[in-house]
Amino acid sequence: MTGEKITFLVVAVLTLVFALRVVTTGNLVHAALWLVATLSGIAVVFALLQANFLAVVQVVVYIGAIAILFIFAVMLTRKEMRDRGPQLNQNWWFGALLAVMTFGGLFALLQGWNGLSNTPAAIPSGFDAVSVLGNALVSPDAYVLPFEVASVLLVAALVGAVYVAFNQK
Amino acid sequence: MSFWKDPLKVAADWLMGIFTGWGMPEIAAQILIGLLGVVFLLSALMVLDIGLVWVERKVVSRFQSRIGPNRVGPFGLIQPFADIIKLLIKEDITPQGADKVVYNLAPILSMMSVLVLWAVVPLAPTIAGVDLNVGALYIIATGAIGTLSIIMAGWSSNNKYSLIGAFREVAVLLSFEIPMLTTMLIPTIFAGSMGVLAITQAQDIWFVFKAPLAALIFLIAAIAELGRAPFDMGEAESELVSGYNIEYSGMKFGMFYAGELLHAFTFGGFWAILFFGGYRFFGLEQVSPFLAVAVILFKALIGYWIIMWIKYTLLRIRIDHMLAFNWKFLTPVAFVLLMVTAFMNTFLRGTPTWLYISSMFLSNVLLGWISLEVARSYSRKEREKAEGPKQVIQAHH
Repeated sequence: MTGEKITFLVVAVLTLVFALRVVTTGNLVHAALWLVATLSGIAVVFALLQANFLAVVQVVVYIGAIAILFIFAVMLTRKEMRDRGPQLNQNWWFGALLAVMTFGGLFALLQGWNGLSNTPAAIPSGFDAVSVLGNALVSPDAYVLPFEVASVLLVAALVGAVYVAFNQK
Repeated sequence: MSFWKDPLKVAADWLMGIFTGWGMPEIAAQILIGLLGVVFLLSALMVLDIGLVWVERKVVSRFQSRIGPNRVGPFGLIQPFADIIKLLIKEDITPQGADKVVYNLAPILSMMSVLVLWAVVPLAPTIAGVDLNVGALYIIATGAIGTLSIIMAGWSSNNKYSLIGAFREVAVLLSFEIPMLTTMLIPTIFAGSMGVLAITQAQDIWFVFKAPLAALIFLIAAIAELGRAPFDMGEAESELVSGYNIEYSGMKFGMFYAGELLHAFTFGGFWAILFFGGYRFFGLEQVSPFLAVAVILFKALIGYWIIMWIKYTLLRIRIDHMLAFNWKFLTPVAFVLLMVTAFMNTFLRGTPTWLYISSMFLSNVLLGWISLEVARSYSRKEREKAEGPKQVIQAHH
């Protein structure tokens, strides 16, 4: 077992434990903080895969913006920020079903995949993954369309948020 | 003599020889050497931080026409140690109803978010932690951890002042991240890489001459990121007492304080790296890596001094003005500047250097002037709307 594999296993187990804590914690702010821990675990997995850019973006976007906004939303909408509401509603069985089906589907899919025992090809030295990714995002025969569609969607969301919040005088 | 050329490699090889001589496997020795390097860097930073306490206190007293610490040791140099002893023997208070784990984790995260920044700082051509190819983004990412520590401190203290302080501070941090990241992309355009080392190496001519406006916007955003006056809304001594760290006592407060000082120094360093050539100074860095380290520390101290100068000279800006200034002025200007720079950089590729530099410089100055004019006319209009058109003052007497 290589050091990389050991690190991956430790981080993966920790990430799963943190993810479980997100949904089992009664306190909403604590849940958001556990979510931060989970997302950092995923960032470490990205770093293990040599995807530096994605690892850092994971931290910037998910921890720096989304998790912080979660905490903000909790703080601004709850009167008592330490309240403990019921954790389940009557749709719990549907969620559980969906989770089991997703897990089963992925499990069945990965049964026939032999990539788990392969070692990845070494990245050639001087390979600049960031510039390859950047070029792929704006080149017409790669991802320019999804990239632009996502941008338009985000702009639409922004305009919508401004419209909702705008104070007509 | 090779120690004077590449000290880190020589030291690592030496340690490697010793450890493998003890019968340690090579991989374990490598990990141990890496850990020793990290411990050495962090200890050096903490010692530097102790020095910064003295620097900060001495400089602020000069700005305020005082003498500052001068009792303990020559020029009060031993004063920080007295401060540390005082902080260590203070009572360690955890307020009632505080969320203990989060409360104790916040100062650690705050200090950590500053220390991990130094992983990417190139101190000399051969002395750098990691040459991350996404260095600029990494700086922003660690800022996210700092933001998190503030909101954790503010929420877990179970105190209204600290919560309000955290809200304000986080609002400021999240907003000013945008112009900061945008202006960081401008050195990235010039260097063709987000790596901090590559940005330093690309500065045969300091980037401040190509992008003075970007350097200015970066400085403003950095001061806001530091939560220092005139953007010290999170602490706001005169209204929130001390903001998000109000409930912390002893060394836990010391962690926030030391973290803030080191953060300011670090951002002085990043300002120097991104716009003032980092460790480069007229080929001095080629002579010896130790000189390069001295150069970058000197530049960082100058940046830190400017940040202190601004902090102790200007008054606090109101929170709504601060956010309006960011969203309605700094962010649009930074975006336009990024577009102009990207366009000019492509358009002027292959032109002689003097033409390239001067047109970059002029476009920056022009953009700065235009944006100031637009802001001026807008605020004049707003003022007239609020106060009515300017009355002609008639002389009655």
